[in-house]
Amino acid sequence: MSVTVHLPTVLRSHAGGAKDVTADGATVGEVLTALASEYPGLSGQVINGDGTLHKFVNVYVNDDDVRYMSALDTPVTDSDEVSILPAVAGGAVGSSRSLPT
Amino acid sequence: MLHLTEAVYHQMVAHCLTGLPDEACGLLGGDPETAAVATCYPTRNVAASAKLYTVDPKEHLRADRDAESAGHSIIGVFHSHTHTEAYPSPTDVTQAPDPTWHYVLVSLRDIRSVVRSYRIEGDVITEEPVTVSSR
Repeated sequence: MSVTVHLPTVLRSHAGGAKDVTADGATVGEVLTALASEYPGLSGQVINGDGTLHKFVNVYVNDDDVRYMSALDTPVTDSDEVSILPAVAGGAVGSSRSLPT
Repeated sequence: MLHLTEAVYHQMVAHCLTGLPDEACGLLGGDPETAAVATCYPTRNVAASAKLYTVDPKEHLRADRDAESAGHSIIGVFHSHTHTEAYPSPTDVTQAPDPTWHYVLVSLRDIRSVVRSYRIEGDVITEEPVTVSSR
């Protein structure tokens, strides 16, 4: 089955600038693998070489984060939308500009 | 150059102050071409830490959808540094997700909050001017 995948701005250049693309698969992992086959630039950006989800990426099926479902084994159907967003994190840890304590 | 409205500026700083003693964070929606921020999306810091932040992934998804439905995009992120200056830390640089984004730092170190914005491409940090307009 074919599902719509919403890409984050940082990955769109690898898919010809498209915001939304479609890919086939019965699970999130199959869809993302199919996507990487069609757009080789996406390879390694979402799924690691060992077949796990990249640490700095969040993937959702509709409103739900797949890390709280079955991760890459989460099933998808035609009406589902898969969204990929970067994990946004950081912080002052490691800053060399801290005030002396 | 990043363009903020007074409303966005104050919403951002207020969210950072409200988050004390932890770091606070949020996303900025607007026009990627002009770098004009239209909407501030304060988000939960799921790291709940004074030294780290992680934007709540579900709130990020909601903000992204809201921005896109308004014809905008998420064009940047802001977060506070509670005890250090408004300059990206090595952690901020390592984890910067998108070179097209604007990275806004709000320092709460001093009595007067300091807001500065940066572009981060790889490990290259470039400060950019910030304008604040009344509308």
